[in-house]
Parts: sequence; structure tokens; C-alpha cells
Amino acid sequence: MMFKKLALGASVAATVLMAGFAAKAQDAINFVHNTYRTGAFSGSGIPVGDGVRDYFAMLNARDGGIGGVRINFEECETAYDTRRSVECYEQGKAKNSVLYVPWSTGATLAAIPRAHIDKIPIFSMGYGLSASAVGEVFPWVFNMPITYWDGANAFIQHVAQQEGGFDKLKGKTIGLLHLDAPFGKEPIPILETLAKQHGFNLKLYPVAPAEMQNQSSVWLSIRRDRTDWVYNQGWGAMNPTAVREAARGGFPVNRLVGVWWAGGDDDARPAGDAAKGYRALNWHQTGANFPVVQDIIKHVVDKGQSLSPKEKVGENLYNRGVYQGILIAEAIRNAQAITGKKVITGEDMRRGFEALNMTEARWAANGAAGFASPVRVTCSDHNSQSAVYVMEWDGKAWKRQSADIQPQKEMVRPLLEEAAKAFATSNAGWPARTEPCQNNS
Amino acid sequence: MSAVTSTAPKPMLSPAMMATVKVLGVFGAIALAIVLLVQSGAMPKGSIGHKVLAAPFIDMWDLPDLLVQTLWEGLVAGVLYALIALGFVLIFKASGVFNFAQGIMVVFSALTLVGSYEIMTQRMGLPTGVAVAILALIVAVATMFVLAWLVERIVLRPLVNQNEIIMLMATVGLTYFLIGFGEYVFGGNPKVMITAELGLPTGNTQFNILGGRVNIQHLDVAAAVIASVMIAGLAFFFQYTRIGRALRAVADSHKAALSVGISLNQIWVIVWFTAGIVALVTGIMWGARSDVSFALEIIALKALPVLILGGFTSVPGAIVGGLIIGIGEKMGEGYWGPLLGGGIETWLAYVIALGFLLFRPQGLFGEKIIERI
Repeated sequence: MMFKKLALGASVAATVLMAGFAAKAQDAINFVHNTYRTGAFSGSGIPVGDGVRDYFAMLNARDGGIGGVRINFEECETAYDTRRSVECYEQGKAKNSVLYVPWSTGATLAAIPRAHIDKIPIFSMGYGLSASAVGEVFPWVFNMPITYWDGANAFIQHVAQQEGGFDKLKGKTIGLLHLDAPFGKEPIPILETLAKQHGFNLKLYPVAPAEMQNQSSVWLSIRRDRTDWVYNQGWGAMNPTAVREAARGGFPVNRLVGVWWAGGDDDARPAGDAAKGYRALNWHQTGANFPVVQDIIKHVVDKGQSLSPKEKVGENLYNRGVYQGILIAEAIRNAQAITGKKVITGEDMRRGFEALNMTEARWAANGAAGFASPVRVTCSDHNSQSAVYVMEWDGKAWKRQSADIQPQKEMVRPLLEEAAKAFATSNAGWPARTEPCQNNS
Repeated sequence: MSAVTSTAPKPMLSPAMMATVKVLGVFGAIALAIVLLVQSGAMPKGSIGHKVLAAPFIDMWDLPDLLVQTLWEGLVAGVLYALIALGFVLIFKASGVFNFAQGIMVVFSALTLVGSYEIMTQRMGLPTGVAVAILALIVAVATMFVLAWLVERIVLRPLVNQNEIIMLMATVGLTYFLIGFGEYVFGGNPKVMITAELGLPTGNTQFNILGGRVNIQHLDVAAAVIASVMIAGLAFFFQYTRIGRALRAVADSHKAALSVGISLNQIWVIVWFTAGIVALVTGIMWGARSDVSFALEIIALKALPVLILGGFTSVPGAIVGGLIIGIGEKMGEGYWGPLLGGGIETWLAYVIALGFLLFRPQGLFGEKIIERI
């Protein structure tokens, strides 16, 4: 009898102990994040990676994670190579990552057909497949706050503002300088549509990845075509070279406007005075004067736990990483609130994203009042098509050049829907959405 | 007894001049035919024939300043390609190894220069300026010497007499080692070349000629001059010095060179060191045009069509090949690129090289190897 009691007690104790261990092991949300600190695109990849990493390190240090659960943040190095990005996707899957963040349009395209099968949402923030903004067709993909199509649309609006109206675009030559890769080609359809609509000549200037630092031919072509404005859809080493070559060829740099990925401080700075006036689109503020960035400095940078030099904290691409961190953290909070769980899964994360509503008040609550425009995701709109503004390099830092530019949703959205439909049709067996919609839409 | 005299008339032109006249004649005939076709209306404006055969030349005629600018850009690119190719040629001549690591040597040497300058000025508190830049340059040169010595000791010596493919694989391994080591020491982020600190010119001069403007960057002039001096210096070194003769002997036959007392190990160190210096100069010039990042490694691939064209063993081949590829691809991209949607220069370089190979399979100046069976 005594032995029986003892055995029972021991087994109960063992079960409780094991359950305790299991709870402890699971008391973290796993998040494997693609980065590229090496390779030809590291110039852009490093500051972004530092921003995201430091933001989650700050949340863990300041708040003990999100909703009382630590974020188990892990980087996976891709060197901006799609093949390695797919390996990182598999690693994330094996480690129960609640989210896949590809940081490359090619890698996003490779992951889209897998997401709904593996139940891992993809967050391609301001890059990837523009059409994935359509939530009815792509319930597992999110690409807020703006698509490349909206970006190109905003660029043309900026040109029209500078030229004195859309009617002044007729007969003008507008060029797209782009990396000859899926990322670079994304805005072509919308620019073609806008060219027809407003009567400007669209010229395409592709730059092969192997020629990123050897662009003199492209800039000779721009000179030959007497191109009036150039939109730079570049990334990595292509950007500082483009700014230098523009100046070398006598092209006015204030007519060279970069997409938000061509607006890194290190894209403009190396060209020195020649880069003064270079413009780029942006959707958030630069600088370290935000409570969230100050908290990062206090809890992470000053404690020597950041990989970033202190003077680069608050630069544009660093803040881009922080911006991404805030959206992800907010989606995790949503998922925790919706499901009542502390440790969420990929499926919960998807629901959290679909409920994302970053109002001005929510930005402020995240220590980022005035940092960015509101972002509202719905079941059908996974992008929000938020406002952008044009900033200009003054030789030392980025300064706001324009007021907010709202993309023309009424024009872009139908094209996105059309492209999404075409994607579903051309990919035989693309599943119809079965995921329930419970949020604010 | 009468002297035997030849009755055959003496040719008025040498064979080389005859060949040139023939080539010019063919081009002239083609040009005349195009003009006639355009004038007669057989090749109407907008037709494919007109776009390919006539429009580019009309553009050249209409915008002569742009033509001059394109030729200048091609010339500068060509000289820089020649410099990259030279690094490959040097090592191939002396050891029969295609040095896959030449590209990363460009990055590594430039990073050593900029990185050591950063360390000296930011961490050691030395003043910025020419003196420290020269010091950093000395550090970079010394590093390339140590690298050459280590490569000879650790990579080449144990593999002596091995198959060429094994040597090639060793240089592939060396590439990955240098990428990892470079990233470990200097980080993966791009750095700005210390152009002005090295005393290189940075401005530009604009010439208003031919009804337009031609913009000449002082840095490009410096690049062309420095590369030319360097190439001439190397040619002299190979031709007239004792070590140069030893290098050529090694290139001809390792065994024969060894038998007359030439130290293969010493020669390899010298060759790898020279290739390292060439890589450093390439890195400085290209880094100043863009930035110093690991993306520069890809630039070294531009040497491949140059090598195909010029031959793997010829210094003049690397120079002429570089110029042909440089000017050819800039002209091709500028005038014919739009017909194919642009971005053609990457593969156009290979097409130019292959076009030449149809007529000279050994390359422009390569050794014609005849093996009798």
C-alpha cells in the first residue's frame, strides 16, 4: 500500500515537473528572420537587420517580450540568395517560426505557394508580389504598408506635382532604372498603364546584378534618350553607384527618385556633395527622436548588445527594421488577444495580421507617435496602400521634401485584383480562400 | 653565267596592310550597301533592318558628342577590364592555374586599404590625410605580400605537380576563405574608398565640343594613366629583368626552369604578389567609382570574355582584349541595346569574344598549340 502511494506520488510529481519544463520550453514565440549581412546586398541588409534585431531585443529586455512571452528571435543568413532563402524557410518551419519574413522579392515568390500548406504567414513589408495585397486570393501573404505599384503611382504623382500637373507629363520621357530581377521589374505594369494614361514615354533601364557597380552604359542611354525623370528601383550596391553615375553623367540628381529601398543613408552619403538633392520615397520618419528608438538605445545599444554602431541607430534603413518590428509585435498582440493564448502559432499570427489596425493612437502607444501613417489591414486588403512622402538628401541626412502622397487606390486596386485573379488562374489548383474572416472588415 | 633574278613583282603592300585594306574594303562595301538600301527606300524607317543597320549610325552622326563620350567610357572600362584580366594572366602564365580567387583578391586588398585607414584614423587617433592613407597603402601592399607567401606555402607547395583542376579547386577554396576572413575582419558592410586621401583627383572637366558636351572625370583619366603605366611597367618587368626572364622560363616549362636553378617557390610568391598589387590597383579604381563591397567580386567576371578574346597567356592580349570588350560593350549597349530591351552588355561581351574565336580559336595573342596525332 505504502509502495503504491509512493509510486503514485512520484508519477504525479514527475508529470507536473515535466509539464512545467514543457511550459517553460514553450514559453517563447519563435521567430526566424531572414537577413543578409553578407554578399552584394549587405549594404542594405545590415541596417535593416540591425533595426529588427534590436527592436525585439528591446522588447525582451524592457517588457519581458510580448504579453508576458519572450520572443525567441533568430536570424537566418541568406546573402540575398533565393536558394538559401528557401533553406531559411525550411529552417523556420522546423523551428516553429510563427512568421516568414523573406526580405527579397524572389524569396517571397518562392515561398508564396508553400505558405498556405505549412500554415506560416509571409510578411513581405513593402516588397514582394504586389498582387498579394488581395487577401481573398492570398490569405497567407501580407505586404503592407504599400505595394510597388502604389510606389510607382506615387512617383508619377510627385513628377506631376513638380512639373505643374498631370497634363504636363505628355511628351515627357520618364525612365525606370531597375535591378534586372523580380524586385526591379515589379513596377513595370503600372508604369506602362500610367504612360498610356498620361502620354509620357516610358523607358526601361535594366541593370543586371553583375553590372550593379558598372552602370556607365545605362547612364549614357539615359543621356541619349534625354530622359526627364528617373525612378530608381534599386537595392544594395546598385544604389550608391546610381547616385554617383547620375552625378558623373550630369543628370540632375533631384530628378532621380528612388523607391523606398533606394533611400538608405549609405546609398547617398558615399557620393558626397554630388548626392545633394537625391530623392527617395519613404513611409516612415528617420532619426532617433522617438521614444521607441530611445528605448532601443537605453536597453540594447548602450548595453553593448547591438550589432549596429550607435551613430547609425535612427538612420533610414535602421528605422525600417524598427517599423517592421512594431507591425509584427502589434500583430502578435492581436493574435494573443483573439485566441486568448500566450504562445501563438503561425495560424494565430495570420489572424493577428488580418486584425492589424495601426491608428495614430496605436503608433503612439508603441512609442512612435508621428513615426508613420496609419496602416489598416482587412481580410480583403492585406496592404493598406498607405501614404508615402518624398525625402531629399541634404548632404548629411534625409529631409522631408513633399507632403504625404496618397496612392490612387481607385486606380491601383482594380489592377491588383486583376493580377491576383490572373495569378490564381495561371497557377492551377490555387486554393479558394477558406480561412474565416473575423476582424474589422 | 648570269645571276638568277626573280621575275615575280614585289608586292606593294605588306601582308598585314593587305589584310587591313581587305577588312576596310568589306566594311566600306557593307556601309555603301546600307546607304543605298536606305536611300532607295528598300529599308524603310522603322523596319528591323533600318533599326539594326542604319539607325544606330544615324544616331552616332546626329549626336557626335555622345559618341565621343561612349568611346571614352568604353576606353576607361576597357583599361580597367585589362587590369583585371592581367591579374589572371600573370598567375596563369607562371603556374598554369586559373586563379578563381582573383575577384575576391580585388575586394580583399581594397578592404584592407580602407579598413586599415579606418582603424588608424578612428581607433588609433591618427589624423586623416595623405600621410595616413599612404601608410594604409603600405599595409595593404604588405598584406598582399603575406597573402602571396601564405598561398605559396599552404596552397601551392603541397599541391605541386598535381592536376590543374585540383589547383583550380584550391583557388575556389581560397575564394571562400577570403570571403569569410574578409567579412570576419572588416564586416560585410560596404566602405567608401579613400579616393581624395590617396591623392587621386575627384573633379570633372566638361568640354563643349561637337555641338554638345563631353564630360571627362579626372578620376577616369587617372585610372587610365595609372593602369597604362602599370601595364607598361609589367611588360618591361617581364621582358627585361632577370626575374621577368625567370617568370617566362617557368611559364614555358616548370621542369626546364627548375633544371637551370630557378626557384619555383620564389617565382610563385612574386607572381601572386604582383597579381595582388594588380588587384589592389583595380580595387582602388573600381572602389572609387562605386564603393568597396563584396559585390565588387563580380566585376572580376568581366575578365573572362577578355581572357577568351586575348588568350590566357598573353599580356598584350589582355590589354587589347580589354579595350575591345570595353568599347564594344559600351557601344553595343548604347546603340543596339534598346532593340533588345537593354541590359545586354553582360552577355554581349561574351558574344564579341566568341565572334573573335570563330576566326582565331587561340585568342588574339594566345599560343597556337598544334598537337599532331
